[in-house]
Amino acid sequence: MTTATARVSRPGHHATKPSRDSRARERALAWARRAPLLPALVFLILVTQLPFVVTLIISFMNWNSLSPDKTGFAGLENYLTVLTDPDLRQAILTTILLTVSVVLASLLIGLGLALLLDKKFIGRGLARTLLIAPFLVVPVAAALIWKHALLNTTYGLLNGILTWIWSLFGSDTPPQPDFLSQAPLMAVIVSLVWQWTPFMMLILLAGLQSRPMDTVEAAQMDGATPWAVFRHLTLPHLRQYLELGGLLGAIYIVQNFDAVFTLTSGGLGTANLPYAIYQTFYFANEYGLASAAGVVVVIGTIIVATFALRTVFSLFKKEAAR
Amino acid sequence: MSTLTPAAARKSAPAAPKTPSAGSPRRGKSRMDPTRNSTAAGLAAWLLALLFAAPVLWMILTSFHSETDAATNPPSIAANLTLDAYREFFGETSGVSPWPPLINSATASILSTVLVLVLAIPAAYALSIRPVKKWTDVMFFFLSTKMMPVVAAILPLYLFARTVGALDNIWFLILMYTSMNLPIAVWMMRSFLAEVPEEMLEAAQIDGANLLLILRKIIAPVAMPGIAATALICFIFSWNELLLARVLTGVVAGTAPVFLTGFVSGQGLFLAKVCAAAVIISLPVLFAGFAAQDKLVQGLSLGAVK
Repeated sequence: MTTATARVSRPGHHATKPSRDSRARERALAWARRAPLLPALVFLILVTQLPFVVTLIISFMNWNSLSPDKTGFAGLENYLTVLTDPDLRQAILTTILLTVSVVLASLLIGLGLALLLDKKFIGRGLARTLLIAPFLVVPVAAALIWKHALLNTTYGLLNGILTWIWSLFGSDTPPQPDFLSQAPLMAVIVSLVWQWTPFMMLILLAGLQSRPMDTVEAAQMDGATPWAVFRHLTLPHLRQYLELGGLLGAIYIVQNFDAVFTLTSGGLGTANLPYAIYQTFYFANEYGLASAAGVVVVIGTIIVATFALRTVFSLFKKEAAR
Repeated sequence: MSTLTPAAARKSAPAAPKTPSAGSPRRGKSRMDPTRNSTAAGLAAWLLALLFAAPVLWMILTSFHSETDAATNPPSIAANLTLDAYREFFGETSGVSPWPPLINSATASILSTVLVLVLAIPAAYALSIRPVKKWTDVMFFFLSTKMMPVVAAILPLYLFARTVGALDNIWFLILMYTSMNLPIAVWMMRSFLAEVPEEMLEAAQIDGANLLLILRKIIAPVAMPGIAATALICFIFSWNELLLARVLTGVVAGTAPVFLTGFVSGQGLFLAKVCAAAVIISLPVLFAGFAAQDKLVQGLSLGAVK
């Protein structure tokens, strides 16, 4: 999965005559350069790559810890189950729907907020701080607040406000929707959009503020409408920031567990793959099946990640070329 | 919106420099006037900011209400403030203390962050100041490990921990959090170390300064704010983590998020207590986040955005 391009490395090596002595010294120097890198590299391979190889192996096995006598090679059986089992297929669909809608919605709202915050107004710093706050609530705590303090049918803030507004007009029969059971996936999506919009906003705001202002001013001098400036100058400049925000967001939201676990416990079609896998191995003890589902997630992530890496790389190359 | 035709704008452009006050009175009404645009934008921004912050503000307000005032419909905003919910959270009647999970979370987050820094700073040094060959490949290897979802590796880790007796052991969780944050930290730290001016490094080397002196006098002053921000962001990610903690810990090493998920019993009124718990558990993250605010974007975008 590495994107191979090593041409941008800083010139550090002095070419010496290839005598045996100097070649040995050069090798020693190269190792001296590598040495500080090795602990981190070795640690990461041991803790992340090795377990994944084991997951890959288990995914081809029949292994349920409740019936250990049936343990053995299963071939592609687990993968077939992942793709045909209605619950797991639903989990794949839910994961895609959840990720795409949260990323798109939080990007759009984040863009709007970034454009507003790019202007000067009274108390801009405080408004920015308030907007970041949702991102700085512990995700489990945020999910609990949404579940009990906001969306609860009898005493949640949302229905409370509806009651209040209806009472202003003299009505004592306000609508009291139960979002968590009527639109559970929507509830999960809304709470995640609320948490991730600040993240998108911060990245896009940084993008806006790095915009070369002289071209914008020149365009305005030439009478370009605000929309034309946005469409032809701002948006192209923001493109890579939009991509970066979207893809980083996607990587985190594909893996989301906290919101699904806390808000709905995966019920009513809200179980995404991370939650389904957790259930499969932690409660159903289906180790083989859980591993196969895990591999499917990785394949999906690799597809997204290939794009993500390309985007990160294009920004990175610019910076590295300085 | 504009009263300027393109031709008129072009004609007036050389005469009227960037200040909106200079030039014809017509310019004052155009979109170049910053005050007019900003009032509307400011109002909209403030409205949205309050809307986004409302759940957080509501959480804080409710945590200071009594359980009966918290569970009214319509909400009682002006109810008397009390610390009852916080007393309840700290186990006044239930006798269940939240301190062990809070201390576990602090231990896991702080120690894993220290470990991350110990591993990431030398690695970032070897990727920026004295880079190895093919250092970009190494960078992308680090990043690709972060893209692998935790669920894809959690079963072997769980089985391993069970086999060697490391389940419900905070040290195993610390190692997991270290690996979770290490790729991010390497990327962030590299971008901060790359800001050290090359000329200064060269000059110091010519003057015969040794590595320790260079680290202390040249690299540290430039990289210190970045290192602090990296540490704060790693701390936040570890403090927030639920899935690994849920699977790998139990009664002994359970962290604050795990404690929080088991906090709601469904018996009687508990809303104020839940809000108090959420506030207490989020406080470290709020402090760390606002402390790192200047570098938050650069950190979260892995150093890609300045």
